[in-house]
Amino acid sequence: MTLKLHINGKTYGVSSDPGTPLIYVLRDELKLKGSKLGCGLEQCGACAVLVDGKVEMSCVTAAQAFAGREITTIEGIGNSALGRRVQAAFVEFSAAQCGYCTAGLIVATTALLHRDAAPDRAAVTTALSPHLCRCGSHPRVLKAVDQAARS
Amino acid sequence: MSIDAYPLIADWITTRDGRLLVHTGKVDIGQRISTALTEIAHEELTIPPDQIDIAPVRTSRAPDEGMTSGSNSIEQSGHAVRCAAATLRARLIALAVSRLGGAPKDWRISGGVLRVPGSNRQISVLNLIDEVPADTEIDRHAPFLTRPPGTVAKPAMRGLSEMVLGRFTFVHDLEAPGMLHARTIHPPHARARLDRIELKTTDRSRVEGLHIIRDGSFLAIAGSQEWPLVQASVQLAKACCWDPGGGVPETDVFTQLVTANASRFPVIDGVPQNSGVPDALPKPDMHARYERPYQMHGALAPSAAMAHWDGETLKIHCHSQGIYPLRTSIADSLGLRHGQVDITHVPGSGCYGHNGADDAAFEAALISIALPDTPILLKWSREDEHSNAPYAPAMVIDLAAKLADGKIAAFSAEAYSDTHGARPRPGPNRAGPARLLANRLRADAIGPVPPQPNMGRHTGIHRNLDPIYAFPKKRLVKNLVTGGPHRTSAMRCLGAAANIFALESFLDELARGQGADPIAFRKAYLTDPRDRAVLDELQRKTMLLPDLPETGGRGIAYAQYKNQMTRVGICVDIDTDDRANIYLTRANIVADAGRVIDTEGLSAQLEGGFIQAASWALYEAVTWDRDGILSRDWDSYPVIRFGNIPTIDVTILNRPEDKSVGAGEASPGPAIAAIANAVFDATGIRMRRMPFTPDAIMQKAFAD
Ligand code: FES
Ligand code: FES
Repeated sequence: MTLKLHINGKTYGVSSDPGTPLIYVLRDELKLKGSKLGCGLEQCGACAVLVDGKVEMSCVTAAQAFAGREITTIEGIGNSALGRRVQAAFVEFSAAQCGYCTAGLIVATTALLHRDAAPDRAAVTTALSPHLCRCGSHPRVLKAVDQAARS
Repeated sequence: MSIDAYPLIADWITTRDGRLLVHTGKVDIGQRISTALTEIAHEELTIPPDQIDIAPVRTSRAPDEGMTSGSNSIEQSGHAVRCAAATLRARLIALAVSRLGGAPKDWRISGGVLRVPGSNRQISVLNLIDEVPADTEIDRHAPFLTRPPGTVAKPAMRGLSEMVLGRFTFVHDLEAPGMLHARTIHPPHARARLDRIELKTTDRSRVEGLHIIRDGSFLAIAGSQEWPLVQASVQLAKACCWDPGGGVPETDVFTQLVTANASRFPVIDGVPQNSGVPDALPKPDMHARYERPYQMHGALAPSAAMAHWDGETLKIHCHSQGIYPLRTSIADSLGLRHGQVDITHVPGSGCYGHNGADDAAFEAALISIALPDTPILLKWSREDEHSNAPYAPAMVIDLAAKLADGKIAAFSAEAYSDTHGARPRPGPNRAGPARLLANRLRADAIGPVPPQPNMGRHTGIHRNLDPIYAFPKKRLVKNLVTGGPHRTSAMRCLGAAANIFALESFLDELARGQGADPIAFRKAYLTDPRDRAVLDELQRKTMLLPDLPETGGRGIAYAQYKNQMTRVGICVDIDTDDRANIYLTRANIVADAGRVIDTEGLSAQLEGGFIQAASWALYEAVTWDRDGILSRDWDSYPVIRFGNIPTIDVTILNRPEDKSVGAGEASPGPAIAAIANAVFDATGIRMRRMPFTPDAIMQKAFAD
């Protein structure tokens, strides 16, 4: 039986081995390349996706563990008004330099604002701390998160 | 200078599909050069930014501007594009006159259209450009267009709207028909050599159907699906038996960075001299030694490259900062003509110098030559990047001063480190090939060539060794100490990060010793009004800051990058706890980068530089033992995270009449020093070695 995954509102039959970490299925088989691989060790946040509305890293856990759950990748974040608001705030504040961390941060911000519409600074930094940015875009990201929460 | 080698308008500006195409040899590594060039072309030609493209940077087409480094993209490429666009505008007006009459002064340009006001005579700039003869030379004196503020559209950052949608293409995302994924299996450390591979039967099934490429100790594996390939590469790595070749020397590197091991050069006015080193200051009133460990680029994305060899041409896509020197070095390594290697730049993640990009490009090339007619996408793993990319060298800076009436009468600075410049550039003794990692491993190995001291002004070890301050007597010495345990090369700021950390900490020690105000203390040695203006503005901002908590501290620092580029003053506020954790609460940055083109980009560079430097200052140090590098991931090499990001306030003093200078490397040096000075202010503990971790602060507290 082939593995079925629900991603961004669509159902995909997957031919990769079900033990393959989700990120490789997304990027290599389904060509959804917006999620990035930064470490493969759940240490950097580049590969974050939404799973039933919560942030999960996709670089270690096998694809089969996601069966029957609703996966949203950066490609599908804009399907919700909240996601679009977060994306617009990142553009407004130029909250990226190279952009390699951006997909993961937008996913994490969307999940945060979904569960807490007006997070305080501590809640924001806790939510974003699993995510690295080596270009130092942090101050702009924090402003973008505040803006997305306000609007 | 870029225009000298590429003197034609068409070298820099052409059209394609009815859109303006700007050519540059500088690659966008997150410093937003493509945004700035769009803005420049827009300023001079008034074509809306959304009708302007930046051509891919490719060795077979783009102007060869050498390396993208040293914060000089704007000065070089930006200037060339501005002159080309200004010349082009004058030519277009002349064409409009000959076609539709009137005098040049009658024609106005706006919104990408030339028109004579009050008439129906008008013509689109984009339509007219192709009629300018292809061999038209740039007039360097063509006047620039000045328009009232507010009439120039500010282009959005290039690529940003694609990034937030997940549609921006990095080299890791490339695809080609028939493409194979690849991994390299690197030795545990630089001295190890591959003795044999012992694959167990169970492992064999994993690697079956995959391609294993071996050339001496260079080992790679390729296959069509990425995850099975990754698993196989892990099995293959386990099956390798390495001869450790003596292992990695474990001695404390700071004890090696001493005069006895060094090639020494006095530095005068920022330039090293081939002459005797003057004697040390006799009986200095103050003496201190500052240290920086090996630190890594730690790009968020491990290096990657795509290569395709068709028997005649080797096409490479990679994120190297220097695709032209890399092309030559790769061609020379493989015995190809330079024209047979064609490299296109594709973005990687943020790049802060010579990371693994060039090595990965060459490795992909080697694999593609073993597997002709097959596009190869090589990706390094996180471990590969952490343990194989060149590091910023460990540094020691010895400072001393003689005082007279509390003022510095004589100053001495000696900087020690291994090379900051080991990029693969062509040079004597096959220097280019020798600096590509895989060439050291191949059966026909090319050993490392000893680095030559860089004798340029404010380059390498002695960048910002010469203080900007007018001390009556200065004694400056560059000490190149080669043969350290790790491969080192260029990382953001080169020697300037540690040299400014040292000097600005030292001045703080002196000022505090006298109970003097740190800004006034510095100003006493500065006469240039632009230096003073930055410090005055910093003072003004500092006065408005809220009081510090009992456990808090405040530090300032100042520097002008290379003594000739962007000036930056920084004030940092921190808080501490009883476990010696440092919390960055606030940073005020004041900068003068000459004429400002892309304000947002400039602020982003200054902030990004601050944050990266804060990470160096508080967290980063490469560790190793005999068997190899221990800093192999983000747990064993911690870096700054969102939990310790201060509120940053950036003030830019615009100097419209001065030339634009880059700022990507201007803030890190003063950032480190301002943090060290704030730590002292809060705790009374003077941290002279980075990083200022809680453990290091506690140890220092007990030692003092
Ligand atoms: S790639 Fe998954 S956390 Fe880094
Ligand atoms: S923008 Fe480059 S890593 Fe965050």
